[in-house]
Amino acid sequence: MTQTVSKRFEKLRARDINKEVFVSELPELGLIVMGSPTDPKPSLEIRDGRIVEMDGRTEKEFDAIDRFIALHAINLENAERAMAMGSLKIARMLVDISVPQREVMDVFSGLTPAMIAEVMSHLNVVEMMMAMQKMRQRKRPADQAHVTNWKENPCLLAADAAEAGLRGFAEEETTVRVARMAPFSALALLVGSQVGRPGVMTQISCEEALNLRLAMKGLATYAETLSVYGTIPSFLDGDDTPWSKGILASAYASRGVKSRFTSGSGSEALMGYGLGWSMLYLEIRCILMVKGAGSQGVQNGSISCIALPEALPNGVRGVLAENLVAASLGLEVAAGNDAMSSHSQMRKTAKLMLQMLPGTDFVTSGHSVMPRKDNLFGGGNFDAEDMDDWLVIQRDMQVDSGLKPVREGDVLAVRETGARAIQAVFQELGFPEISNEEVAAATTAFSSDDMPDRDSIADLAAADAFLESDKTALDVVRALASSGFEDVAEAVLEMQRQRVLGDYLHTSAVFDENFTVASAVNTPNDYEGPGSGYRVEGKIWQDICALPQALDPEALVSGEASDPNLLLDPVGKAVEGSGQEVVVALGPAFATAMNKTLADLAHADVLRAILDGVESESVSWRVVKVWHGADVADIGLSGARLSGSGIGIGLQSKGTALIHKKGLAPLNNLELLSMAPNLTLDSYRALGRNAACYATGRAPSPVPMKIDNMARLRLIVHTTLLHHREVNQIDETRGVEEMSVTFR
Amino acid sequence: MTKKTDHTFPLGVHHRDDVAAKSGRMLRDLNLDDVKSGAVGPDDTSASAETLILQAQFAREAGYNEVAANLTRAAEMTRMPNDEILAIYEALRPGRSTYYQLLSLSQRIASEFAAEETGAYIREAAEAYRDTGLLKMDGDKTS
Repeated sequence: MTQTVSKRFEKLRARDINKEVFVSELPELGLIVMGSPTDPKPSLEIRDGRIVEMDGRTEKEFDAIDRFIALHAINLENAERAMAMGSLKIARMLVDISVPQREVMDVFSGLTPAMIAEVMSHLNVVEMMMAMQKMRQRKRPADQAHVTNWKENPCLLAADAAEAGLRGFAEEETTVRVARMAPFSALALLVGSQVGRPGVMTQISCEEALNLRLAMKGLATYAETLSVYGTIPSFLDGDDTPWSKGILASAYASRGVKSRFTSGSGSEALMGYGLGWSMLYLEIRCILMVKGAGSQGVQNGSISCIALPEALPNGVRGVLAENLVAASLGLEVAAGNDAMSSHSQMRKTAKLMLQMLPGTDFVTSGHSVMPRKDNLFGGGNFDAEDMDDWLVIQRDMQVDSGLKPVREGDVLAVRETGARAIQAVFQELGFPEISNEEVAAATTAFSSDDMPDRDSIADLAAADAFLESDKTALDVVRALASSGFEDVAEAVLEMQRQRVLGDYLHTSAVFDENFTVASAVNTPNDYEGPGSGYRVEGKIWQDICALPQALDPEALVSGEASDPNLLLDPVGKAVEGSGQEVVVALGPAFATAMNKTLADLAHADVLRAILDGVESESVSWRVVKVWHGADVADIGLSGARLSGSGIGIGLQSKGTALIHKKGLAPLNNLELLSMAPNLTLDSYRALGRNAACYATGRAPSPVPMKIDNMARLRLIVHTTLLHHREVNQIDETRGVEEMSVTFR
Repeated sequence: MTKKTDHTFPLGVHHRDDVAAKSGRMLRDLNLDDVKSGAVGPDDTSASAETLILQAQFAREAGYNEVAANLTRAAEMTRMPNDEILAIYEALRPGRSTYYQLLSLSQRIASEFAAEETGAYIREAAEAYRDTGLLKMDGDKTS
């Protein structure tokens, strides 16, 4: 049998979606997202105030993770009651709007990992989204920015950080290509972010000890590098245990630094230690460890391993389940969507909706403000070029995912200030100069390609010295204040004062521009169904609506302009004619209240083209204006009825035209040029010629049409508003008037 | 708002003028002019143990018991120098310490820094490591 090839399948094979790898489940190698046949079954036994058996393993059989969870993450007061409820009932409580969030959290506080996995198995993605809307810890969702650049240019970093702040990001994270640049990158991020919006929290992702040192210097306000894994061998590969990671959470908090852990489906399988358990079961172990360590939150949602669950059935659902488990256990969730998740825009967006629509504490764990090539986190899932798509989706769905529209002029202004502020700090602290040329380039840059190269050896030497010195954020405050950036200095200082207060160590904490903390403690999510919880309304909704590219409909409707090159003079009521003539009937606004068609053709030129066409067949014409209606069939038929030949052309002001014939039903015409935006003067000339042919009893070939299926999409607003202008000109008392035509 | 006897969360809104830094300096006395004149040190921008204990209470009352426990350990750790903290972290990493090393670290930390909770956490780790094979092996020469 010969192998035949379908041309359609050939096209499909070349689509972006088929650049991805898909694989069937293989539980032995950890290639299963939910419900592995070897996942433990839920069970719990408490004796003398301690857990002696959990999920089929006795205390003696516990590995260190079981032990940590049993000691720290399960509330024994709630456990027996919660475990006895049954997983289906708990799943229904998650979705039930009449069960408040806190009640569900109480139940979850008493569940074992296997029981939580079983609860998730009952939920489809829409139910998980319903549940996420309720279980998110902070009332209002937010988003986190990634701010990096390939050249590690601090001036560009500060400008991008400023832009991210202005765009509404509540947190900004940077990282480094060359580890020694970390002190400068953390500094530039801190200064730039406070220019964009005071109160934005910043962090740098680098090696744990260096991270802690930079935080201790006051150059970072939070950390999210604390990775945990669901199996001990994976943990050991990371050279940690649940207890060693846990002590770091306390260490950060003791220095006034907010921290969250990192985990996510697929990491254990990728490291070769899935142990036959499903990705979700392993992730639930991670999340319980995070909770047990007393961290306020977690970034999960598979993070950098996202492509692995996505290769498997159920992968995207499983990733939403892990977000939901974390929220249900009372943790802040930075929900992933940061690492490249698909070649396909459609698939990427579909996945995003699962977090964006219900809202998570941070809808992404990093949304690049710069182009992908400058993203040192391995290329972001959403980047600078996706900003407007994001904003439009917020406006489409009336959802708030943390960002707001910005004006180009405002962005340029904060970028320049951010760049100048870091320039001043470098100068005051004796770091290698940031030139005015760099400031100018950073202000308008698309990517680091637009930046002049710096002397990176000098930068690295200075960054080393800065790290080793006793200089802290207070020296940065001083440098800013003494170089005229008092307001930025005040914001950086306030960030230091907040370390003294410690308010932002709480679950889901972020600051507004006045450094008022919004956390689950003082702004808990109180969603209990329609009419409750966070609603997108008031100023925030107005901001989301106000896309800079949105048209002002008033201006389009109210503006009136006649065509200076075409003079139409009414010469009395139109009468029936005789002989082989064509009557061209115009819409009421034509050339007097409007002067261009949707194709941007001048009314004078359009009418001239039609008349030229008629004349080319040696047929005479008359021009009338139909005042009693704006419908193109009505206009055309009105002309035809007056025409000696019975042939008339109807022409609306927006450019839609047809040839009509006396005696036909209004909607049954000879030829219709309906796609006004696609018409050219040649189309109108051909229309005139064809009308003349009909008038002389010949049968012409129809006018050829250019097909552009996107025209309607592009121009429907203009069509609506321009047609409204035509309707406004209707004057039934004037009926149909004969026009004398003068071209200038 | 969460009520705790005479304190309301967040401190930055309700008790800004009553909060002192680790150094004892009142937050209200930490101004731009003070920074410019160089009269501000690192402990002036660090939280005190008392403040973190208060924050732990806020967390507990809001239902975040584990966060509260962490903030309680953090309060104790405000008294420890950076190097001590990094040393505890290192000792708790897998295969770094024997059972008795962890126990003695636990005791020393608890008494030297009045860090009962942190000490208990280390002791708990010692037992877990002993039972699950995460201690330094006998033949392991590193200390």
